[in-house]
Amino acid sequence: MANIPKYYESLNIDFKPPRGNWMDRPLNIKPGIYCYPARPEVLKKAGMNDRSDWGKYWVIEDEDWELPDDWKERFLNKMRDMLGKYRTFKIYMDICVRCGACADKCHYFLGSGDPMNMPVMRAELLRSIYRGEFTKTGKILGRLAGARKLTKDALRQLWYYMFQCSECRRCSVFCPYGIDTAEITIMGREIMNELGMNIAWIQESVTKCLFTGNHLGLQPHTYKECVDTMLMDIEDNVGISFEPSWNRKGAEILFVTPSGDVFADPGIFTLAGYLLLFEHLGLDYTWSTYASEGGDFGYFTANEVAKRMNGKIYAEAKRLGVKWILGGECGHMWRVLNQYMTTWHGPIDFLEEPVSPITGTKFENAKAHKMVHIMEFTADLIKHNKLKLDPSRNDRLKVTFHDSCNPSRGMGLFEEPRYVIKSVCNHFYEMPENTIREQTYCCGSGSGLNASENMELRLRGGFPRQNALRYVREKYGVNMLACICAIDRAALPPAAQYWNPDVGVCGVTELVANALIMEGEGPRTHNLRGFEIATWEPEP
Amino acid sequence: MGVKLSLGVSLGAVLAIVLVALVGAQVSSLQPIFGIFVPYAAFVIFILGFIYRVVDWGRSPVPYRIPTTCGQQKTLPWIKNDEIENPSSTLGVIGRMILEIFAFRSLFRHTKAEMASGNIVCGGSKWIWLGALAFHYSFLIIAIRHLRLFVEPVPAFVNGLGIVDGMLQIGVPELYITDVLLLAAVSYLLVRRLIVPKMRYISLANDYFPLFLILGIGISGVLMRYFIRVDIVSVKELAVGLASLHPTVPEGIGAIFFVHVALVSTLFAYFPFSKLMHAGGVFLSPGRNLANTNRAKMHVNPWEYPVKIHPYEDYENEFREKMKNAGIPVERE
Repeated sequence: MANIPKYYESLNIDFKPPRGNWMDRPLNIKPGIYCYPARPEVLKKAGMNDRSDWGKYWVIEDEDWELPDDWKERFLNKMRDMLGKYRTFKIYMDICVRCGACADKCHYFLGSGDPMNMPVMRAELLRSIYRGEFTKTGKILGRLAGARKLTKDALRQLWYYMFQCSECRRCSVFCPYGIDTAEITIMGREIMNELGMNIAWIQESVTKCLFTGNHLGLQPHTYKECVDTMLMDIEDNVGISFEPSWNRKGAEILFVTPSGDVFADPGIFTLAGYLLLFEHLGLDYTWSTYASEGGDFGYFTANEVAKRMNGKIYAEAKRLGVKWILGGECGHMWRVLNQYMTTWHGPIDFLEEPVSPITGTKFENAKAHKMVHIMEFTADLIKHNKLKLDPSRNDRLKVTFHDSCNPSRGMGLFEEPRYVIKSVCNHFYEMPENTIREQTYCCGSGSGLNASENMELRLRGGFPRQNALRYVREKYGVNMLACICAIDRAALPPAAQYWNPDVGVCGVTELVANALIMEGEGPRTHNLRGFEIATWEPEP
Repeated sequence: MGVKLSLGVSLGAVLAIVLVALVGAQVSSLQPIFGIFVPYAAFVIFILGFIYRVVDWGRSPVPYRIPTTCGQQKTLPWIKNDEIENPSSTLGVIGRMILEIFAFRSLFRHTKAEMASGNIVCGGSKWIWLGALAFHYSFLIIAIRHLRLFVEPVPAFVNGLGIVDGMLQIGVPELYITDVLLLAAVSYLLVRRLIVPKMRYISLANDYFPLFLILGIGISGVLMRYFIRVDIVSVKELAVGLASLHPTVPEGIGAIFFVHVALVSTLFAYFPFSKLMHAGGVFLSPGRNLANTNRAKMHVNPWEYPVKIHPYEDYENEFREKMKNAGIPVERE
C-alpha cells in the first residue's frame, strides 16, 4: 500500500491543466490511485473470462502487458456490440460539444486537479477511440477530428481512468444533453472486462457473491452468527431479546440488505436498527442466507454478471413464497434494483403488489417491481404514527444527511430519509445547497473503488464531501453524518478521520432504532453503540 | 496537436472556403455552381445526413430505464414529487424536455468550483447558460428572418419578427439586435475556449471549426447588410428560385453574397457529421427523455436473455450440514 500523502495539511490543488494536447502526454501512473488487478483464477471461477490461454495477469505498471494476441479485435468487437445494444452509449459518443459544464463537477477532479478526471476527458478517452476506429471522419482526419487508434497505451490510460470514476452521475446532472459519464464508464469497464481487466476488490466480491450469496463470502451459518452477535449487543443495550427468522417459507416479506451492514462497523448498527424496527412492528418477515446480498458488484464488471447476481433475490422470493421484498439502505444496490431489476427478470407475477401490513399503504411506485425501499417503508410508518418514538434519545446528536449518490441521481429519494431523520432527531442541519440532493458529492469510494491500496484516490475523491461536512460541523457543531448507503458507511469514516475527526457516520435506521420505544425494554441508558445516551459523544 | 495547430487548421479551412467563394464569384460561368449546385448539394447532405444519424441512433435500443433523477421521485401520496426534474409520466417528460430544449435547464444549474484557502467554494455561474441561450436564440431568429428571402409573399410573422428585432433603431437598414447578439455570443464561446485553461485543454479542432464557420457566416452577413451592399432584389430572385426549384443566378450579385452562401452551405453539409448533431441527439438522450417509472411499470429490453444464476439447490447442497447445525431450515435433509 502506498504512503498516503498528508495532503490535507497543506491542500494545494491546482485546477489549471497543463498546456499541450493530452494525447501527447504519457500516462503518469501514481501508486495510491489505482487498485490491484483481478486474479485470473477468480475471474475463471466466476465463469467470466477464461484467461488460461494467455499467460499471467496484467499489472498496470508493467511496460508490456501479456494480453491475448487478438486483444484489439476483442476490444473492438465488444465495443461494436455495445454501441448496437445501448443508445446511450452511441449518442453519448456522438453529441458531446465539450462545453465544459461537467469539467469541475467530479469529486475526483476537485480532489486531485488531474485534468483527465474531468468527466468530459474521461469520456473523451473512449470517444477518441470510437472516432478513430468507428467513424469515417475520424479515420480520414485522424487527430484533426480528435480521433486516435486503439493502442496498448490508449488501453492502459483507459483502464487507469475508468477505475477512477465512481459512477456517481454528478456530472450528468449538469450536462445540457444529459450525457451520463457513469454510463460511459460502465461500457468502458465492460469492454475491458472482455480482456480480463478488472480489479481484485470488485472481482473477489463478485465471485464470492455468486457462490455464497454475499460479497463478503459469509457462509450461511457465519452470516447468521454475525446477526446473532448483534442480537446479543441489542440485549445488552436495549434489554430485550428476540430471534428473527431465517430462510423461512411463507413469510410475508423477504428482507434484503447489503452484507456490509452485517459485517462492518458502523454498518452493523444499521443492521441492529433493522432488527429492532421489524421487532417493534412484529413484522412477518424473513432473512435469507442465499439472497444475503443486496449490493451488486457485478454492476462494476459487466451487465450479464450484474444480472446473475441480482437474480438470486427474485429466485429466493419465489422459493420462499413471500408476497414482496423490502430492501435495506444501500446506494448502488438501489440503483441496480431501480434501473434494471424488473427488466432483467420480469414480469414478476409470482409476487404481490407491495402493501404495508402495518399501515395498509399500497406502494404504487413499486407495483411492477415488488420491492420497497426501507426509507419509503419507514416514512410511511411514521406518517401513520405506527412507531413509538422518543427523539430526545438522539439529542446528543447534531445530524446532517449525506444524500448517497445512487438513490439521489438514480431514483430521486430525497424527502423520505429527511422526513425520517427529522422525526427521530431533534437537531438536523443541511450541508450547503450545492452539495446536497441531486448535487450531492460522492463519498469518494463508490463503484467498487473502496479498496485500501487506492486510499489516496479515495481520500482525494472524498474531499469535496468532507469539505461540505466541515462547514456544518464548524457552523452548527454537527457530529453525526447520516447516510443510506453501506459503501458510505465504509468509506466516509476514514475520510472523516482526516477532515472531521469528531464526526461519526451512521445509517438512518440506526437513528430510528435509537429513538424507538421497544415493548418490554430495559432502562435505555445506552444507545446501540453502547454509549451512554445522556453523555454520548460519537466515536472519533 | 496543440491549440495553435487546431486553431490554425480550423481558421485556415474557413478562410479557404471564403477564398474559393471569392474566386468563384468572379467567374460568371462558375456562379451557378456556387449559387445553385453547392446550396442544393449542401441541403440534400444535411437532410439525408441528419435522417441517417437519427435513424442510426434509433437502431440502438434503450434497454433500461436510466433517467438522471434531479428531483424527488413519485412515491407516497403525501410526499410532493418533482414532476419536471424526475418525471413519472409522459407529460412530465414533455415538460422536462421543453425546459431542457427551450431554456437549457441543465446548463442553468451550472456552478463554478474554486479553491479558496483550502476549501472548495462552489457557486452558481450563469455565463455559459446566458451565452449559449443568446447564441442559439439569435441564430434561430436570424434563420427565421431569412424566410423573407425565400417566400413571396412574406408571412406576417416573419415581417413582425424583423420589426421587433430591429426596433432599437429607426432608419434603413435597421440594426438587428440578433446580429449583434450572435456575433457577441459566438465570440464569447470562442474566447472562452481560448482563455479558460480547462476549456483549452478539452477543445479540439472540431470545436473551433464550427465557431469560426458561424463567425464567418455572421460577419459576411453583417458586411453584406450594413457595409458592402448587395443587390437585394437579385438575392431574393435567386432565393425564391432555389426554393421553388427553378433556380437562376441573376447578374450583378456581389461577391460577398457568394462567400456567405458558401459558408452556410459548408455548415449545412458539415452538420450531420459533427458535434452539431447535438441538436438532434438532445431529443433522444435517455438520461433526460425517460420517465422514472422503473418500478411502477414493467419495461422490456429487446435483447434481454436468460443468464445462469447459481441455483439455491447447489447452494444448499454445498452448505446443508452447516445450515442444519446453525438451525437454518433446509429443503432436503
